[in-house]
Amino acid sequence: MIPYSSFSFFMILGILFVPVVVLGYKEKRSIVYNSLVHAVILLLAFASDIHQLVSFIVYIVWQVILVNWYAAYRKEKNEAGVFYAVVFLALVPLLVTKLLPVWNVSNIVGFLGISYLTFKTVQMIIDMRDGALKTVTVKEQLMFLLFSPTISSGPIDRFKRFQKDMETIPTREEYRLLLYKGINKIFLGFLYKFIIAYVINDRVIETPFIQAHTPLSTFIYMYAYSLYLFFDFAGYSAFAVGASYIMGVKTPENFNLPFLSKNMKDFWNRWHMSLSFWFRDYVYMRFVFWMMKNKWIQNRYTVSYFGYFLLFFLMGVWHGLELHYVAYGLYHAALMIGYDFFERKNKQWKIWKKNKGTEVLSVIITFHVICFGFLIFSGRLF
Amino acid sequence: MEIRHTVLELLEEICQTDAVKENVDIELFDEGLLDSFGVVSLLMGIEEKLGIRVGISEVDREQWSTPNKIIAVLENLA
Repeated sequence: MIPYSSFSFFMILGILFVPVVVLGYKEKRSIVYNSLVHAVILLLAFASDIHQLVSFIVYIVWQVILVNWYAAYRKEKNEAGVFYAVVFLALVPLLVTKLLPVWNVSNIVGFLGISYLTFKTVQMIIDMRDGALKTVTVKEQLMFLLFSPTISSGPIDRFKRFQKDMETIPTREEYRLLLYKGINKIFLGFLYKFIIAYVINDRVIETPFIQAHTPLSTFIYMYAYSLYLFFDFAGYSAFAVGASYIMGVKTPENFNLPFLSKNMKDFWNRWHMSLSFWFRDYVYMRFVFWMMKNKWIQNRYTVSYFGYFLLFFLMGVWHGLELHYVAYGLYHAALMIGYDFFERKNKQWKIWKKNKGTEVLSVIITFHVICFGFLIFSGRLF
Repeated sequence: MEIRHTVLELLEEICQTDAVKENVDIELFDEGLLDSFGVVSLLMGIEEKLGIRVGISEVDREQWSTPNKIIAVLENLA
């Protein structure tokens, strides 16, 4: 059973949450009961396919061993080679999952949500390398990795942020607000995913007119698919965030009105935020820091552009190794570099002055540019 | 004092405006003065000039949102 995809899932979730809510109102939290909730949801998600369940368990054991070994090692030493090796080993299950389909081997390693779990583990290893994370117990790591509301598709939380929520139990008033917001988000999710996204898919995308590949139908499909993608994924994210809130965890948001973005930088601060912030913090910033420190490239803008290229190329490939995902990544890399260049030059040239008119125009242009990106992403073009 | 002075100098150079000195409570990220690239430059400057090493993952954008807050964080670390 895929989380948040059926009425029965929500029924089970609702029943499981009753004791959580009762305890929440009493300013209490039962780790034992919450663990049981996570276990039931994980079993629902994976038990229908024994391969997935086995892969999932092996994967978790693997990551726990890696993180704990590295935490112990880091107390004594801090060699770059060891760090890279550990990151690589943490990535191996994901790499194999992505590569097996390319080699036409049936996928026995993968399971639902593997890439999101990999983000969580790699993040912990990098934080340890930085010295930002010193000790982590197996229990803490398991609670972070196995937090079931976000298991299948994020949002990607940060260990230290998550840890803070785990250590504090909300007061009655705080919990009342969390519960209210959580339920609100879940109903917003129903509206987005099961009404709006469903209608767009059923009434537009799946119609014979759109399915026939004419230029006009592809043009309409581009906008329909973009809206569908947003409402479907934002709906899912609202469920995940809402369920987290009910369990007392303020999982970060994934979307902030992305279609009202004023430019490409603004867009990546509003679309799939937990993913783009992850790439910003753990790929782009690190790359820029490393390049500047070693002074391999003198020009700071060139360093930044290489950083953007790396970020979006990896983000594209992360979706899958198919050509259209790679193209999607490169498209956004080019846009980001182009926009950055324009923004800088505009400070001197002042062609694009800031006023109400240009602001509205910026939003309209950005919207169409984004939709074209999703058309590439959809795989309809190639 | 040294931390305050150095951080403000660095911010002025990175953000390319003396507004960061005039208003030490200015919201650096919200005002579009500081971005990820700026944060990296700032961290490099802090390490070079003050000898304080701050890892990228230690930068919490809420705790680093104004010049004053950044100075406070660094004074705690030093």
